Formats: sequence, C-alpha cells, structure tokens
Amino acid sequence: MNAEAPRSISDTWRAATRAAALVAIDPVGLGGASLRAGPGPVRERWLALLRHLLPEGTPIRRAPAGIDDDRLLGGLDLVATLAAGRPIVGRGILAEADGGIVVLAMAERLPGAVAGRLASVLDGRAVRLEREGLAATLETHLGIVALDEGREDDERPPEAVLDRLAFLIDLGDVSFRETGDPGLTPEAVAAARARLAGTSVSDAQLAALCGAAASVAIPSLRAPLLALRAARALAALDARADVSDEDVAEAFRLVLAPRARAFPPAEADVDEGEDGADEPPPPPDDPPPENDEPADETSEEPAQERPLTADELQNLVLEAAKAVLPEDLLAQLRSGLSGLKTSRVRGETTARAKAGVTGRPAGSRPGEPKRGARLDLVSTLRAAAPWQPLRKRSEPTGPGTPRVAVRREDFRVGVRKPTIRRTTIFAVDASGSSALNRLAEAKGAVELLLAQCYVRRDRVALVAFRDRAAELVLEPTRSLARAKRALAGLAGGGATPLARGIDAALACADAVRRKGEDPAIVLLTDGKTNIGRAGTPGREAAREDALAAAREARARGVVGLVVDISRAGQPLAQEIAAAMGARYLALPYADAERLSQAVSAALPPQGG
Amino acid sequence: MRQVYPFSAIVGQDEMKRALEIAAVDQSVGGVLVFGDRGTGKSTAVRALAGLLPAMKAVAGCPYNCDPAKPRGACPSCAVREAQGATFQAVEVPVPVIDLPLGATEDRVVGALDLERAITKGEKAFEPGLLARAHRGFLYIDEVNLLEDHLVDLLLDVAASGENVVEREGLSVRHPARFVLVGSGNPEEGELRPQLLDRFGLSVDVSTPTDIPSRVEIVRRRDAFERDPDAFVAAYADADGRLRQRIATARRRLPETTVTEEALEAAARLCVALGTDGLRGEITLVRAARALAALEGVEDVGTAEIRAVAPLSLRHRLRRNPLDDAGSGVRVERALAEVLPEAIADTDEARTATP
Repeated sequence: MNAEAPRSISDTWRAATRAAALVAIDPVGLGGASLRAGPGPVRERWLALLRHLLPEGTPIRRAPAGIDDDRLLGGLDLVATLAAGRPIVGRGILAEADGGIVVLAMAERLPGAVAGRLASVLDGRAVRLEREGLAATLETHLGIVALDEGREDDERPPEAVLDRLAFLIDLGDVSFRETGDPGLTPEAVAAARARLAGTSVSDAQLAALCGAAASVAIPSLRAPLLALRAARALAALDARADVSDEDVAEAFRLVLAPRARAFPPAEADVDEGEDGADEPPPPPDDPPPENDEPADETSEEPAQERPLTADELQNLVLEAAKAVLPEDLLAQLRSGLSGLKTSRVRGETTARAKAGVTGRPAGSRPGEPKRGARLDLVSTLRAAAPWQPLRKRSEPTGPGTPRVAVRREDFRVGVRKPTIRRTTIFAVDASGSSALNRLAEAKGAVELLLAQCYVRRDRVALVAFRDRAAELVLEPTRSLARAKRALAGLAGGGATPLARGIDAALACADAVRRKGEDPAIVLLTDGKTNIGRAGTPGREAAREDALAAAREARARGVVGLVVDISRAGQPLAQEIAAAMGARYLALPYADAERLSQAVSAALPPQGG
Repeated sequence: MRQVYPFSAIVGQDEMKRALEIAAVDQSVGGVLVFGDRGTGKSTAVRALAGLLPAMKAVAGCPYNCDPAKPRGACPSCAVREAQGATFQAVEVPVPVIDLPLGATEDRVVGALDLERAITKGEKAFEPGLLARAHRGFLYIDEVNLLEDHLVDLLLDVAASGENVVEREGLSVRHPARFVLVGSGNPEEGELRPQLLDRFGLSVDVSTPTDIPSRVEIVRRRDAFERDPDAFVAAYADADGRLRQRIATARRRLPETTVTEEALEAAARLCVALGTDGLRGEITLVRAARALAALEGVEDVGTAEIRAVAPLSLRHRLRRNPLDDAGSGVRVERALAEVLPEAIADTDEARTATP
C-alpha cells in the first residue's frame, strides 16, 4: 500500500491521533494512554500533538520509572519548612500534575509498588499523604501517558496501570513519514470538553460495548467503562449530543481491540467462561435472555427506523472489529508468553549497578551523607527539632543565624534495602514418554518453591521444551495464582530440543537481568537430545548445539543447576553442567518436594 | 468531599458483601481480606462500608476514641485528664474507617513526635498516627500485598497485642490500638505473607462476573454514579438506610444469639477435616455464624449458618498444598459436603443414644 501512496498516513497513526484528542478531551475519565514506541520523532510527534490539543497551561509532569515516594507522592518540603519555621507540605509529581498529565518514562520498568500507588491515586482522584509527620489529602485529577519502550513481549508496563488507561497504542511500526497532521485543533477539543457532560448513550449501546468486550475475552470491567467514556468523547468531538453507533464501533477499535484476548466466538475455538453469551443470535428471533432485563424498550417488533438492539449493534461492532484485530492474534497471544527470539544482552549493567542505591527505603540511621548515602532530610530535621529551643538559648541569635540549628550529630542517612531478587528459571525436558510425570514434578516444584519464596519475594519461571521448540510456559512471577493457571494443561511428548531449551532459558534470564534482577537456571534433563538449534533432527548436531548453548550460559555468568533425571546418570548431562559452569545433581526419581529442596540448597538466595 | 459509591448499589459479589456485613456486626470476627481480579469493586465495597456503620460512643476530645464505658485512663490523653480530674463526656462519633495508603511512612502509621510543635514551640509532644485513629474501628489497606515489609511487621505486632508502643526520639508512649484489619489486593501482584493472611478473620475471593447482564448493569451503574454522584447516591439512600438499620439491629441482637451444640460440633468437625491450624479458625467460624444469624434474625445458630460462613472463615487457613489444583474454596466445599451431613446425623444419633 505504501508503494502506491508513499506519503500516506498510516492507520495506526491516525487512530493514535484520535486517541490523543480523546485524552485531551477527558484525561481523567479515560485515564490516559500507553504509548509503545522507542524514543524518536514519531513518539515526540504524538506527545507534541497531545500537548498542542490540551488547554493552555495544562500541567504536564514527567516521572522516571525509578521515582521515589518523596517525588511521586510528596512529603515535607524542607526548604519551605525551614524558611517558615513550621511544617510545609511539598507536593509530589502527581499532585503537581493535578488537572493535567503525568508522563511515565520507561513505564515498562515501573516497579509494581509504584504502579500500586498510581492506581490508588487514579482511582481515588487524590493523593492521600501520610508521610513524614504530615497528613494531607491532595485532590489530584490526572491522566497518564505511559511511555513503553519495551522491545520484548514480556516488557510491558504493569497491568495495574494498563488496566486503567483507555488507549494502548503501539507506534513501534509507524515510521515518521507515515505520520501527519490529523487536522485536530485545540479549539475543537475545548468545545468537546464543554459538551462532554451532555452526551448520552443508549442502553443498547452500553450493552453492546459490554457484550463485545466479553466476547473478545476481556475480563476487566474497567475496559468497557473506558470504552463507554471514549464513545462519549467521540460524540462530543463530533459536536453531537447522542453517541452514534459509529462512535461505539470506533471506541471498540480504540479501546477494546488492543486488549482482545480472543477472536469473537463466531470465529470458533476460544473462550471458556462466556458460554452463556450466545454470541451470534439471529436478530429477528426472540430477544436473547441477556438483555431483556436492562434494555426492554428495544425489544419486540423489528421496525425499520428504530435503533439497533444491543445484539445487532454488538454484532456490527464485532464485524467492524475483526478488521482491526490482527490476523495472527491467537498466535501472538501464544507466543506473547515467550520471548524466544535469539537472546541479546542489553542494558544489563545499568540495571545491576543501580540496584544497590535504589531499592525500597528501609528507615534511616545516624551517619553522614558520604559515598552515595543520601541524607535523610526529614529524619535529620526530626533529630534536630527537639533541641532547637535549647540550642537557641545557648547560642546568640541574630539576623544571621539560621532558624533551625542543625548539628553534625543530627545527620541521618537513608537506609535502602537492595532489591536484587532471584528469579529461578526452570528449563524442563517435556519430551518423550515419561514427560508427563516429570512435567508434573517440575510443576509441583515450581509451586512449592513459590510457596516458600514469597516471603523473600523471589520469582519463578518455567520453560518447557519438547518436539521442535521451547516455550516460556510461565513468565517470571511470584504469584501462585498465575503460576497455577499457566501450568495447568501443559502438554508433554515428542522429540528433545535441548539446545533450544537452554537458549529459551537464557533469553528469559536476559529479560530478568534487564529488570535488575538475578536469574538462575535449573535445567531438568535426562541428558538426551535429538533436535538441534535449527529445529532439525540429528543426534550429534543436537548434542553439539546443546553444549554450545550451555557454554553461552557460562559466558554470560548465569548461575545454574543441572538436574539429571535419567535412571542411570547420563554423560551428556554432566558435560552440559560442566559447560554451563553449573552444579550437577543426579535425582533419578525426583519428586516435587525433593526437587524444590535440592534447588533451595543448591541455589541459596542472594545477598543473605 | 467526594461522594462514596453506595454499598447497596454494588451488583452481585454477594460473598464479599456478606463478609463486610458480618465484620460490621461483630468486629471481633477479625477483619476481612478481599482478594481477586482487577476492577471488581473491591475497594469500592470497603469504602462504602463506612456508610453502613452505626455511630459509636467515645470520650469527647480523646484522639484515640476511647470507649466511655471502659475504665478511664486507657490512653495517654485520658490518663492525663483523669489525673487532672477533668470531666469525661461521651459523644457519638462515626466508627472510623481509616485508609492506610501505600507509601505511608512508619512515623505516620505508629505516630511520632509532633513536628509542628517541635519546630514552632520547641515542645516534645506525641502526635498519634493512623493506628490511633483506627482504634475501635477499621484499618483499610488497599493493595495489601504491596505493603512494605517493615510496615507489615509493625501491623502484625500491634494487631496481636492490641496496643501500640512507640519508643522513639526520647518519647515513650503506649496506647490501645484495637482495629479490624480490612485488606484488598490482586493475587497476581504477589502473595500475602502467611503471618498476615492469618490475621484476617474472613477472606473472600472475588472474580469478575462473566454473565453479560451483570456486566452491563455494573458498567451502567458506575457510569451513572460518575455522571451524577449526588443523584445516584440519593437513589440508593433508602436501600443503604435499610441496610444500616439491619446492621444496627443485628448488633443489638448479637448478645442474645446463642450457638447450638450441633453448630459447635459441626464447626469443630469441619476444622478437623480440613486440618486448619490452631483454634483461630474455629472461633472465627462460630463468631461469623453468630453474626450472620443476628443479621438474618435467627435466634439459634445452627449448622445452616456454619455452612454459610465456612468458606469465608476457613479458605485462607488451609495448609497450602500446591499439588492440589483445586482452589481452597473448593476444598472447603468438598469438606462441607463430606463432613456436615454426617455431623448432623452423628450428633442426632449421639443425642438419642445418650439419655
């Protein structure tokens, strides 16, 4: 298509500009947008467009991923406090951005704890400050733009944030030439803002959005609510009071389609929970059970001019949506769990080096701010505060003396707990006849380890390899709930692509490192392999490939453990252990319990 | 002040609502943990709870909301006034429902030196924290599984002793801090520490409803609330009022509600069958059943009430068995099906056999 019209504006960009306009109209209601794109002119153009469309003077604040609570939520403003001689609240970035937008830089690296704080501020529309001797509730109405620079599929902003943002925009494939001026003006946005409260949505439209969201297997109820608000904003933008069916369809494309987890059921397979939804109902037939209660005015005779029923509209919306849903959605979803492209080491040093200085604050101790230790101003002030009257009395006061006398012994520095977490990656041979058994034990071991290690907040991942490929079955997680879901229904059998298994575990280890955490690989193998890295059969080549993969693991310094689960120890398993620089452990009849114990013993937690 | 979404406007989620109602009737049940999917209205429900609680009597001017019916001088403030021979007046105050926001610092949670007085007047004075404000009421922690470990330790300590001891900056203060812990969170963000899990009397698993009519209704009401909060709250004022009345009545009835032998025995058998650790589960089970009976106007707690609250009271106390794929709720149901009918039969036999 680009060949015929080289200057044509890409559809993705056009949709993104619509989203920008809607965010400018209703940043609070829509929550904002996640913008997946590398830093560059395309992303800048989108941000510039948003800035342009927002009313003049709208505050826009940028928050780095590693932001601390002081900056994010606020705290005691020491300078003002000292100047005024009484406690003064210092606003954090969120409260400063009240009425505007907070841009989250590198949101894919946003820690869960920060995401939780953001979520509660977005939900409560206020920052509840209970910090450093201050208690305050600061009204905070804002929208979020999460800049997502993740490249791998598993590098995404936290779900707790994404769930609250209406638009998940991916500009990764848009080149600057495909961008253009959408012809939107701040005046149009301002007019739409004024009109927004007067827009109305019919029951059928509301039901259609909910039904459509359910039929593409979006579990969260925030999604249809956000879509509803988007539909209202679209109507307002178009200077209409009533939301049209086209608005609903566009809201679906903008808000719901990027979250779709399945094709609408008409497309066959998919979808466990929604069987009650009876998706493609013949419209003229009896009004389906699901909407007779909420939308009864639209029942009965199918007159020509009446508005569409919820189901007809929903079908219309879904039809329109199919065009937008990527063809390979299901494949994407399946591989979305894996990050099995060839592994690259990237950015790991920064993540590692920073780990000691960052980390969660864990109180403060007396001491001087040297060598990277940060002065804990509040604690210092607190330490000094009670002595002020005494010091003032003992020292002559005059115009030149400071209001607060701080002495050396008052200095407190912050103590931070380093948060290098261990992620144990299990790479499990799921091939052959005994696979099911081994797989069950590996699953059990993963769950047992999780049950044990959540106090330390360590994580566990699972790679299974069988037949021709390796798959990251369980992303690094410390959630038992998620682990159970991922592990249920894991298949076994087929040939043994050992090299690919090691590669996949390494790719996962890289991803873990990029997050500043510490990976360890536990390889469960019977020391047999017959599929090489290229996915082609051949015992000897497969063996060489496996050893090469193992050496790569060593070169990258990944801690490892090779568990030999064959009946009578296999030489290859030992060779692999040696090549990986990993410990070798023969556990011919490993059960889940022993396996998890062995792993705990062989790979003690970091930093303990 | 922002309007709070009315409790009675929450669609479905009956188990969550029941657990919160039980906690409102009898605070000694020991708190509620609501765990589940995103966007299921967990924190909405907890925040709405505050509107359902009948007012309580407290000592006027006491920052700890001391109970006038209890011996005087329990807290530092009352102790000082007692020593001065001041008069104690009782006033009606709303039951506190205090939010512990993520990012709260320790000094605000336990209380610390009053910074303002220290700076402006050079005085050493204690400023009570969130634990003091939550005394005799509820302490709510959203995203409880993201709470910093050192705060969790602190909460565990205070929740166990009912007293907050502050030793810092030369201050030495102790005051009563008995509160009902209410937590909510999403298990995908991380598990809860077992010690903290154990502190919650009741636990609820919420999931997003999958039936379309409920989903539509939830979105419709949420939308209506956001577009005109005042009108929406007014529309549910009657329903909320009835619920408030029901809870107040249940609280009055609670002391007269008795527990039958069958119910006690059923509770014991159930706990044995499920292998719950310690007696806490059993006590909670009986208390929750009594609160439910009081809510429903039943005079004697029988096995029906035990059955109704068993999943709430026990599902988080089962020993973790990662190899059992069934959820803990299912395991409780299973045990109920096996144990309870049998238990009834047995006790009947036992009674007819022994004269």
